[in-house]
Amino acid sequence: MTIRTIIEKALNNAVKLNPQLNSFLSIENEHALAQADTLDAGTDDLSLKGFPIAVKDNICTKGMQTTCGSRILQNYQAHFNATAIEKLNAAGAIVVGKTNMDEFAMGSSNESSAFGPVKNPWDITRVPGGSSGGSAVAVASGVVRAALGSETGGSVRQPASLCGIVGFKPTYGRISRYGLVAFASSLDNIGIFGQTVRDTAGVLGVIAGRDERDSTSANVDVPDYLAEINNEISGKLIGVPHALFGEGLDSEVRASVEQSIENFKNLGAEIVDIELPHAKYGIAVYYIIATAEASSNLARYDGVRYGFRAEETAALREMYFKTREEGFGEEVKRRIMLGTYVLSSGYYDAYYAKAQKVRSLVKQDYEHAFTKCDAIITPTSPSVAFKLGEKSRDPLAMYLNDVYTVSANLAGVPAISVPCGISSEGLPIGLQLTGNFWSENTLLNLASRYEEHFPLGAKPKIFAE
Amino acid sequence: MDVRQIAKLAHLEITEEEIELYTPQMTEIVNYIEQLNELETDNIEPMLGGLTEEGKATDTGRDDLVKTSLGQESALSEAPAGVAGHFQVPKVL
Repeated sequence: MTIRTIIEKALNNAVKLNPQLNSFLSIENEHALAQADTLDAGTDDLSLKGFPIAVKDNICTKGMQTTCGSRILQNYQAHFNATAIEKLNAAGAIVVGKTNMDEFAMGSSNESSAFGPVKNPWDITRVPGGSSGGSAVAVASGVVRAALGSETGGSVRQPASLCGIVGFKPTYGRISRYGLVAFASSLDNIGIFGQTVRDTAGVLGVIAGRDERDSTSANVDVPDYLAEINNEISGKLIGVPHALFGEGLDSEVRASVEQSIENFKNLGAEIVDIELPHAKYGIAVYYIIATAEASSNLARYDGVRYGFRAEETAALREMYFKTREEGFGEEVKRRIMLGTYVLSSGYYDAYYAKAQKVRSLVKQDYEHAFTKCDAIITPTSPSVAFKLGEKSRDPLAMYLNDVYTVSANLAGVPAISVPCGISSEGLPIGLQLTGNFWSENTLLNLASRYEEHFPLGAKPKIFAE
Repeated sequence: MDVRQIAKLAHLEITEEEIELYTPQMTEIVNYIEQLNELETDNIEPMLGGLTEEGKATDTGRDDLVKTSLGQESALSEAPAGVAGHFQVPKVL
């Protein structure tokens, strides 16, 4: 089979399913087929040769749109490739399209996109999760085997859980963020979706590593993530923070994750009790730090150098105000204003400085926990996929979806969501494994063994042939 | 909470409808985040960024070499308005 055939199939499926799912903002026929023909003509042995991949629309792809799901960047064309894209291209992977997302990655349901919500392929009346919902659905609906997303507070793991696929957030500094449009720089990561843990690991191995163009990328050796993926996991220590299995957790999700703890025992893992006493403050810390950093990062959208500019303004200041008012959507404005508020004179110490201190406590919780265990198990999301519109008028209720995921971003540790069950309504449930800094290998090994022995055994209603 | 003043600081022109929408929502969120005040943090060091110990140790210095960059034409091509190799904006005053 030629690479052109593989890529044509992915492109055709994307075109066919997009009217129902709205997961792609652009489908890149021309670029993708040209690349396929080049690879077909060559004889290089590449690790991801001809592998179709979908990319969240906040990761720069040269010559393609990069809108961040926002009106303010609606016509923006990236002029360079993100390092992750450069590395994927060099390994033979082909970007087939850019995916829909919550505007500037702010949201947990994909409803804040300026280009309409993405639908969950298990039930199109429900959200796919967010903010990387388009990438999650592109994988879950079988268009591609893997996709890139971005994570600031769970934006890969939460939609992976709600769509029944694998979602991975690496250690902060593991993957270069060069070319990832900034939201909250001390929390942002590029993350990976996969139909399987193996596909996820294969992509990670290609895009991980130090990059001179991102000074926060760390100079830590990149191991062969596929080499240890099938190792036995007997004797591995899995920590359970029982206090996090209480209030606010859907009973079916709890039962499913508790069953998966038993399943890990049956695979030979040992279960230990741990505590993360400050995890319950994670959301509060997150919505101070993330909004503060966003208010600063999004100051660049002013209608001068790129993007949308409001028409017919008499003077510069009016142009700034109108451009930002018309260009940004509701959730983005809410977060810019929250960030402006917590950083403003007289409030800085009470909010931002306080949050930085509690962030230290959240990180210390993990440091203590990882003296006792190799990985921590929790649910990924407190519920299965909820209905479109159910939480969109209540921002705080929406923020609480991230209760299990934000702490890993605050601390900088890696975490993975793996499908672990199906609810009585036929919707997928995900478990989350969180690991120590740079322990991607351990997480992928645990996740892969789990997936092999306890496969989900179900597919979404909408799935590409 | 004075949402009108916050919007001004954030360079957002805001409508009366938006003030009515945002004021209760933002008040509720700020009340929620104030739960951090339960914690005694006087002797806790702030965590300033996301970097790991290994990340902090990474040498970010490099040789000061001239490299090609985006270039004027490419840098200007996304601008809403430009003239003679410059970005163009409405009058300042």
